[in-house]
This record gives sequence, C-alpha cells and structure tokens, in this order.
Amino acid sequence: MSKAKQVLLNPIFNDNPIALQILGICSALAVTGTLYITLIMCVALTAVVTLSNFFVSLIRNHIPTNIRIIVQISIIATLVMLVDEVLQAYDYESSKTLSVFVGLIVTNCIVMGRAEAFAMKNGPIMSAIDGFGNGLGYSIILIVIAVIREFVGAGTFYGIEIMPLTTNGGWYLANNFFLTPASSFFIIGFTIWALRQWKTDQIEEPEFKISKNSLEAKETSV
Amino acid sequence: MIEAYLSIFIKAVFIENIAINFFLGMCTFLAISKKIQPAIGLGIAVIVVLGLAVPINNLIYNFFLKADALFPGSDLHFVGLICYIGIIAALVQILEMFLDKFLPTLYNALGVFLPLITVNCAILGGVLFSIERNLLFTESVVYGLGAGTGWALAIVALAGITERLKYADIPEGLQGLGITFITVGLMCFGFLSFGGISL
Repeated sequence: MSKAKQVLLNPIFNDNPIALQILGICSALAVTGTLYITLIMCVALTAVVTLSNFFVSLIRNHIPTNIRIIVQISIIATLVMLVDEVLQAYDYESSKTLSVFVGLIVTNCIVMGRAEAFAMKNGPIMSAIDGFGNGLGYSIILIVIAVIREFVGAGTFYGIEIMPLTTNGGWYLANNFFLTPASSFFIIGFTIWALRQWKTDQIEEPEFKISKNSLEAKETSV
Repeated sequence: MIEAYLSIFIKAVFIENIAINFFLGMCTFLAISKKIQPAIGLGIAVIVVLGLAVPINNLIYNFFLKADALFPGSDLHFVGLICYIGIIAALVQILEMFLDKFLPTLYNALGVFLPLITVNCAILGGVLFSIERNLLFTESVVYGLGAGTGWALAIVALAGITERLKYADIPEGLQGLGITFITVGLMCFGFLSFGGISL
C-alpha cells in the first residue's frame, strides 16, 4: 500500500479518531439527531481539518516551538469562522440548529491533535491527506450514529419516510429514546464494541484481571 | 434578586449540565475519568477557568463585538471566535503564572491539566452559550461558576463509577472506552430526570 493511501485510509477503521484516539467526541454526540445536520457537520469538520493541516504544515518550519499552539489555534479559528459565515449565508436554518457546535470545531481535539501530531512533522500534501482521512474517520462514525438515531427515533432516512409513524396513521411507534442525546452514548459504546470485535488489536488491557477460579489460581500459585 | 441567580446556578449545574446534557469537554471527560484524584483537580481547574473566562468574554462581547457597541454601525461579531479563544488561552497562561507564584500547592495539584484546559470545549462552549443567551455581566459570573461546578460534579461522579468498574467482569471488546460510554449514557438518564424541575 502506498504511503498516501495508508495515511488516508488508516484513520477510518484502524486508528479511528473517535473510537480509538478519543478525539472530537463532543460534537459526535450532540449533532447526530438527524442525518442532514450530521452531514453538514461532517463536511464542515473535514474541510477545517484538511485545510488546517495543510496550512499548519506549510508554515511548520517558521513557527517558533513555544508559541506553536497559539499559531495553530489562530489558523484553525480563522478557518472555522469562514465555515461558520458560509453556513450562515447559505443555510441559515441548519446553522441555527447546530448553534454553538460549528464554533466549537475550534476546540475540537481532532483538528488540534492532527495539527500537532502530524502536520508539524510532515509535508503539506501529505498533511492534507491525513486531515481528510481523519475527517472521514470522524464522519463515518457520526453517520452510523445519525442513521440509527433517525431511523429508530423517527422512522425516516435522510428525511424520507421509511416506516410510517402511528401519529401519521402508519404502523410504526417511534422510539423516542433514540431522539434523546443519551442514546448516542449507547450507540457509540456499542459501535466501539463491534469495531473492536472486528479489529481485535484495539482491545484495551484490563487494569485488573479477575482470576477464573480462585481455587484454580491457588493451585497454580502453589 | 438572589433567587434569580440561584436559579441560573442550579439550572447550569443540574438541568443543563454542560458535560452530560451538552457533551462539552467530553474528550478530557472520558480520558481523565479513570481515578478520582486527578478528576477532582481537573474539575477545580475547570470551575476556576470557566468562572473567569465567561464573564470576561461577556464584557468583551458587550463592549467591543456587539453590533453598535464600539461605535454606531460597527459589527465585529464575526471575529468573535478568535477573540474568545485568544482570551481563554491568555487567561489560562496568566492563571498558570499566578498560581505558580502565589499558590504553588494548587499549581502542583493541577499540574498538566491547566494548559490542557485551553482546548477544552467546555470553556469555549460555556462562553458561547452565555453570549447566545444574552446574559448580563453578573448573570454570566453565576453561569460560569455553575457550569464549571456541573462539569466537575459529572467528572468526579464518573471517575468514582469507573474506579469501581475495574473489578467488574466486562466483555473484552467493551473494556475501557466502550464501557465508559455506556456508563455516561446511564448517567445521562439520571441527569435527564432533573429536567422535570421547574424554576
């Protein structure tokens, strides 16, 4: 596998920013009520992380080490402001629904984390690819959560009615639990479980091992 | 008068808990919640920084950035984000120097968490919420402290549960991050029940 392809595809399943690196979780939980809003958020974040990685990498050799965080934050905040303004200009309704969460991309750790961990050490093109890959890794988890929440919670897929609700004379009784934010915690938890059953090297070592049988343990220790 | 402030405080701590109901500061929330001691340290740091950052940014917004605030016809709200994050970064830096000089015990207790707080979305989130809701200066002080207390309460509670959970027999793939998510989900239910309180 060529390096570029590896850099692009690795963050999607093998080194997923949400499921493994514990980065950028805040927005993953809050904006996944409907698929449309989630897609906007994914596009916004992917754009910001790709461009910020590119620009940080471009000037990486000119940034003094002790003020690098503030330089990175200024680049990121500028990009986020641009995305926010564009969104408000073209889709005001969605920008109201997303409320503070577009602004919070500034402090989204995926963006800062990738700038610090990858863009400061690699060339601009490679960094942009890495940013895009991480954006995709973030998006895929968000889209999975949003599809589940919207389908079970409202019986729709991307706003199209799949299962007619009882309130509209159909047969499906919507599960309101999936519309509450609490459900996204469970869905992410189980998504991580599924991912780790598939990619077993991601399983975390338990801090404390329970011995199978205390009697057995005694025998082996003797 | 005092009731109005008390209701803002209670609302920020329980009903609109910044960690559990708005999922802000989740990354640190999940990463630092394995032991109670560091969780308490981080919680205190967040209370202090939120208590300062929210009112200061509120003043900045009302006196500089709001439409017609600087001079008639001015509108600088679009540079808001970069101002807020700059102020938070500077504030954390100043706080760090101040604590290092005058309260070294607290400084050592907070350790590495203080600089990390700059990029904690709970802080920027609190600031953006207080501006979105047009809080007055005094209200924003109470809101900042309340939001910080709520966040601290949530992380200490989660750390307490996680510390106990390490003796539980958890399926392999669910170990660590997976079970933490599900625990927070259950906590979220607990906090949802506060939603019934009317103030």
